[in-house]
Amino acid sequence: MLKRLTLLAAAFMVTTALHAEPVTGGRANVVIQPEPPSLMLGLVQNGPTQMVAGQIYEGLLRYDEKLQPMPQLAKSWEVSEDGLTYTFNLHDNVKWHDGEPFTSADVVFSADVFLRETHARLRTSLEHVESITAPDDTTVVFKLKQPFGPFLGIFEAGTMPMVPKHIYEGTEYKSNPANNTPIGTGPFKFAEWEKGSHILLTKFEDYYEDGKPYLDEIYWHVIPDAASRAVAYETGVVDILPGGSVENFDVQRIADMENTCITDKGWEYFGPLSWMWLNNREGPTADKRFRQAVMYAMDRNFARDALWNGLGKVSTGPVSSSTRFYTDDVNQYDYDPEKAKALLEEMGYDGETVRLLPLPYGETWQRWAEAVKQNLGEVGIDVEIVSTDVAGWNQKLAEWDYDMAFTYLYQYGDPALGVARSYISTNIAKGSQWNNVEGYENTEVDDLFAKAAVAVTAEERQKLYDEVQQKLVDDVPVAWLLELGFPTIYRCNVKDLVTTAIGVNDGFKDTYIEK
Amino acid sequence: MADFWKRFSRNRGAVIGLAILAIVVLVAILAPLLFPQSPWRMVQRPFLPPFAMDQYPLGTDALGRNVISGLAYGAQVSLLVGLVSTVAALLIGIPIGALAGYFGGWADDALMRFTEFFQTVPSFALAIVLVAIFEPSIQSIIAAIAIVSWPPVARLVRGEVLSLRSREYVEAAILSGQTSLTIILRQVLPNTISPIIVLASLMVATAILLESSLSFLGLGDPNLMSWGYMIGAARTVIRQAWWLSFFPGVAILLTVLALNLIGEGLNDALNPRLARRGK
Repeated sequence: MLKRLTLLAAAFMVTTALHAEPVTGGRANVVIQPEPPSLMLGLVQNGPTQMVAGQIYEGLLRYDEKLQPMPQLAKSWEVSEDGLTYTFNLHDNVKWHDGEPFTSADVVFSADVFLRETHARLRTSLEHVESITAPDDTTVVFKLKQPFGPFLGIFEAGTMPMVPKHIYEGTEYKSNPANNTPIGTGPFKFAEWEKGSHILLTKFEDYYEDGKPYLDEIYWHVIPDAASRAVAYETGVVDILPGGSVENFDVQRIADMENTCITDKGWEYFGPLSWMWLNNREGPTADKRFRQAVMYAMDRNFARDALWNGLGKVSTGPVSSSTRFYTDDVNQYDYDPEKAKALLEEMGYDGETVRLLPLPYGETWQRWAEAVKQNLGEVGIDVEIVSTDVAGWNQKLAEWDYDMAFTYLYQYGDPALGVARSYISTNIAKGSQWNNVEGYENTEVDDLFAKAAVAVTAEERQKLYDEVQQKLVDDVPVAWLLELGFPTIYRCNVKDLVTTAIGVNDGFKDTYIEK
Repeated sequence: MADFWKRFSRNRGAVIGLAILAIVVLVAILAPLLFPQSPWRMVQRPFLPPFAMDQYPLGTDALGRNVISGLAYGAQVSLLVGLVSTVAALLIGIPIGALAGYFGGWADDALMRFTEFFQTVPSFALAIVLVAIFEPSIQSIIAAIAIVSWPPVARLVRGEVLSLRSREYVEAAILSGQTSLTIILRQVLPNTISPIIVLASLMVATAILLESSLSFLGLGDPNLMSWGYMIGAARTVIRQAWWLSFFPGVAILLTVLALNLIGEGLNDALNPRLARRGK
């Protein structure tokens, strides 16, 4: 598998070097799973909505795979020395899909009025913002109350999509009939949506970047059954399977087909990291040595190879390696059953049974729980798997009624956005499975995260995050498993599909299909 | 006894069934000796095909677990669930049927309406609901199977008791002042034993199938290796690894078939009328 990926990487470099002239025209047939509840990206931000609506709506910036900002609606930007003023210069020839011009007034309306009301995740980040102003039609200025390191990372389409002021101002956002015919500035415009069958997007002729997009149409196929999705690719009905459209065990078989390329890039912004919550409050998991023993006992390389087709990476700690300020300069927990046994002996573990909740998201996760149970059993930890459905899993985690539980969370590119929330003690509260569920309390860690979020320079932040990562990895508040690799599978003649840190979600702008 | 065996063995299918069942029971008992390692242990590379290595004659599954060892331990679970849930169903069904048949009248009406209440709900659907409510575990599965499979027992026993109730020896027992309980236990029930044994042997087979179906749907005890679980887990990779669903499927087929054949043999052997006709 690894070899295949290196080959792919090599092939990719060769093609970039040659970089054939993009071909105009054609239709991309893509699977969308599950069917999105809505395409109004300002109101709904779940996975499938981001994937389809990311072609219709745009943010001010895009991000490359190193999470460095790239121009989108903003053609350039400046950050003041004190880290408090961010100035964006917009393209001046941008039109909404209905022909109205896009101006800085739309940006102010979107960020300051619309999204503040509708977008919970962005609202938290916008708390650092003192004012958003538009000195002229193509300039927008964000003034912050205090420096906020991750600020330049929140302008991606799914996080801060630009919505048209002339349609939404003064209306009831959630019930506006325009939500059914979304109007954005993106390279593709909404054409039709037959519920349960397909969504059709067509090329926006007045797009502000010359020559783009190359495709005429994007046809999103709604196919509810995983096996049927695999068959749809095999029979040539669809040409692109975004991450998560087919079951893991089918990936290898499909990837082996002719003219088929596979990549696990395009998830860097989300940095999906899987781990096991370990209940730090009671039972054997309350003992740090037990938690370390769990880390040593798990053969995570095996899990990656057997269950995830060799895609993804063994995690070294709380921050995913694609997220900013990652460091691998931490204690490494390689597979070492002997060390695990020694730690268990040292703490005097008496064989008390620990309950393990698998993630109820299908076969892969079930098998994974079985493998971990076996790994832990071999060093003498008695594990009992508790079956549960999604509702039961949510409830058990929210009520802290578990010993160990699988999960995975997104990191949104910056530790302040997607990592701190799982470890700071102020985030301990019953009723949510997205906060500090494990009940880890460490004032030093709290301080470091707080300081790092508002530190001005990247060097300063890196230093603080290095320290917090080392502390966390020593304490093992949760048992980190893998940085998940969600493979995007596509015909090799579909070019430049995954070019950014959010992959297919905003990728079709650059995509073309070679004949 | 010799007479019984003679009549039983006249049914060749029954003897074959008994032989198969004996092998399954033997494997189940000897599983820990034959395969000292846990069936969950990941021993070889995943998806090792059958007959590729002598040590793993039936290959390995998606996590590299030994399939033949899983089959042996699965036999334990299947037989255990089959037997225990059948005994439990008999313990519910026989008293209800006996009381209804013996006392008749409103007691009969009440008990039979209660039985019908269970009979009208499709048994598999009810079993799924029960297991889902009580969290899947070996206890909840056995309980669910027992709860859905007792009504036929109750109806059978009631019918038998009804016909025995009016026999002279029962009336004699009543006249001699024996209590109802004594009459039911001493005079009536012993005479219903043969049809119950035949029914029970078939119920074991049904129970094994039910357990397999539940495990197949992911409602099995997640800590026990069972045949249904093996097929359920293999279903998704059936195009890559046919052997993962094939061998446990054969195991279920043979065991259930064996039990049905035995049931038929028992019916021949225990039914005096059939026996006489045969002679």
